[in-house]
Parts: sequence; structure tokens; C-alpha cells
Amino acid sequence: MDHRIIDEQLDILRDKILLMGGATEAAVQRSMRSLVTRDNELASQVLEEEKAIDQMELEIDRLSVDILALQHPAARDLRFVISVAKITPILERIADHAGSIAEAALIINIEPLVKNYVDFPIMAQTAAEMLRSALDAFTNEDAQLSRQIIERDKEIDASYNRVFKQLLEMMVENPSATTGAAHLLFVAKHLERIGDYVKDICELNVYLREAAFIKHSSLN
Amino acid sequence: MNQKISISNLNFYYGKAQALYDITLEVPERQVVAFIGPSGCGKSTFLRTLNRMNDTIPIARADGEILIDGENIYAPGTDVVALRRKVGMVFQKSNPFPKSIFENVAYGIRINGIHDGKNDLSERVEKALRDAALWDEVKDRLNSSAFGLSGGQQQRLCIARALAVEPEVILMDEPASALDPIAAQKIEELIVELKKNYTIVIVTHNMQQASRVSDKTAFFMLGKLVEYGATIKMFQNPDQRLTEDYITGRFG
Repeated sequence: MDHRIIDEQLDILRDKILLMGGATEAAVQRSMRSLVTRDNELASQVLEEEKAIDQMELEIDRLSVDILALQHPAARDLRFVISVAKITPILERIADHAGSIAEAALIINIEPLVKNYVDFPIMAQTAAEMLRSALDAFTNEDAQLSRQIIERDKEIDASYNRVFKQLLEMMVENPSATTGAAHLLFVAKHLERIGDYVKDICELNVYLREAAFIKHSSLN
Repeated sequence: MNQKISISNLNFYYGKAQALYDITLEVPERQVVAFIGPSGCGKSTFLRTLNRMNDTIPIARADGEILIDGENIYAPGTDVVALRRKVGMVFQKSNPFPKSIFENVAYGIRINGIHDGKNDLSERVEKALRDAALWDEVKDRLNSSAFGLSGGQQQRLCIARALAVEPEVILMDEPASALDPIAAQKIEELIVELKKNYTIVIVTHNMQQASRVSDKTAFFMLGKLVEYGATIKMFQNPDQRLTEDYITGRFG
């Protein structure tokens, strides 16, 4: 059979999750740009667009359940629907973190400029790159790339530890910068969490390709 | 786990036409094995080699080996009647005899002479009907004609008839395909229940049925065994592309 009824629905599902992935990636990048360039308008825009991402999540949830209920997917089709259904809420949470970064930007941007960002742009860039690669790996069902991305989470963790230390030192040296630095600490934590979520997506990419559960691999 | 049936290098021919090619497969004891594959793939032919039902076709011929409990069922001198008592069969279309419900089940017991008296016969009939999950529905009309039963009940009656002679293996060829979903579900539940005591091999076109009831699944195509493995793996991550394409409905 050249064309199956399920193919059409799986195509729609694929389009929807890629769209949501793109929107999430944009939210992360914009939220960081709003912080680095002190652009309040951009921060507000990120917050507004969060609703659209939530809406996408809802649509993907519904479609996934419909396909499971009516088409009874098996094998790769089944793994695809399961992966999409599990990646969707992860994207939504990443978008939430982007929203929180944007909210932090709105506060930090009022405070005096904290000059010494150092690792921040690197950390933000790593997170954004990882997210984009993870979505590419999902599209291409590339398990090898996914495993490489999982390794990159260590880079973010290392950056986070450096940023944490720098910001603490800053608070001690310059008490007037404490409010700004404290908010930046939250931003660093959001980026670190995004790294963890990207890792979760990559684990699902491996499941999609190989039907292997690599999460909590010590338990298997 | 004990292997109840071991098939090695089985080839099967209808005259000059080869229907099965070099099949090697083992059926574990007290498990359900499902045979799936497109029409004409040889799955029913293969099923029927397991109790030599194909012997009734004059031009049919098998070579290779089928061991049941270690005995080669194609060895010369095999008692085919005893084999079919040990390896019972249920067909797609229920085929009760034009007799009462009781006599349908009692028939095999009588001709095989495996009862000790009237009470024993009644007990055996009741047990078979209970095992086939039919007793409660027919206990008050055992002497009525079997044709008065619904399609699903008739099929369970045929299962009771097969169980009555105390087989060890039950072969089922599309046992639920002619039934409505509720009756089919009852048959599926029955299969899962029966595997506590019997080894079951089922041929089905209904992939979800295979995935629901079986422990292992064998996929056949053009007379060849393409893949055989745990059902849970076959339906999630089969090794062969052909299997994947078949179970996801890309052909067949």
C-alpha cells in the first residue's frame, strides 16, 4: 500500500511538533537576547508568545491521542507517536523557562547593568544550539547525534557552576548589585534546566530510532 | 522453558507447488503462538501440518521434522488419530454437529472411549463446557440443538468439543474472524485462560488480536518464515523491515 490513512495524520503531527520546536527555540533565543540587549519589548513579546506554544501543545496532545485511538499504530509509527507525545510537554516546559528568563529580564533591565556576564552568552548559546540540534536529530531520527548532544549537557552544567561562583563573588564584592545578580542566578538555573530537558528530548530520539530506553540506564 | 513443538527444516508441497520453505520454529509449552501474514503466505498450511490435517489432501507432501514432546509426528507408524486427539483444532467457521449441545461435546469422548460411565461422561462434558466459558450459558438447555446457539456460543462449543478429549495442544485457525467484537473478545479471553493448561497456536489476520493474546508471533510471507519472536518485540521493534511493513499496514 503506497499511502496509508495514518501517514497523513503522522505528517500533520510531525509538522506540528516541528513548528512547536521552532517556536520554543525562538523563545529561548529571544528571552536571552532581551536580557543581554536590555530589550523589554522583546521580553514582553516572549511572554505573549507563550500562549501560542501552550495552544500547540494542546493540539499535539489531542492529535496524538486520536491517532492512538483510531489508527492503532505499531512499530515505528507507534514509537513516533509516543515520542511526540512525550517531547511535547518537554518543549512546553522549555518555553516556560524562556518565559521565566524574559520575566527576569524585565526586572534585571531596570537594575544597573551588571557588567561581568562572562559565561552567560556562552551558556545561552550552548543551550540554544543543543535544542536546535536535538530537534534536527528528531527530524532525521539521528540517534548518534542525539547521543553527542546528551554529552554536551556537561558543558552547560560546567558553565552553570562557573556562573554561580562568579555571581556569588559579585554579590560579596558589590552589595548594590545583589538584586540583579540574584535574578541572574535564576536565569542561569533556567538555562541549566533547559539543558536537562534537551537531554530528555535526545533520549526520546534514541527511543524513536532504536526502541531503546536509555533514560535511567543504570536501572535497565 | 519446555518446547512443546519443535519444527525443523519443514518443506511442504501441494503436488509440484511448494507452499512452505524450510521452516524452523519452536512452540513453547503453555504459551500462545500467533501466526500472521498475508493471505496465501502458508500460515494455515503450516498450522495444519502440526496435526497432519493436510494428510487428507492426496497430493500434499511434507519433508523435514516436526517433534511434539520429542516424537516425530511424521515418523512411519504414527497413530494419526491419537495425534489429533493430542493436538486438537478449532476452525474459522464453527461447525457443530446436528446434535444437542451435550452430544456435541460428548461425541469425541464417546468415540475415543475415554470415559468410565454415564456420570463420568456428564462430568467431562461439564468440565469441557466450563473450560470453554460456556457452561453458565447452556447448563439449562444441554439437550437443545447446538444450532440454537449464537455464532460466538457455537464457536465456544467447538472449543469445548476440542477440549473434551483432553488435548495438549490446540490449533486455532481464525477462530474469531466470523464473530462480532464482543464474541471475539470472549474467545480472546478464553485463549488467554486456556494457556494455563494448553499450548495454543493461532492463525489470525487480526493483528491486534495477535498482539493481545499471543506470547510469541511468527510472521510468514510467500511460504517463508520471515521473523519469529516475542510478540512484544514484534509489534514494537521487529528486526525485519518486511515485518515492520506488514504490521504497520504498508502491505497485505
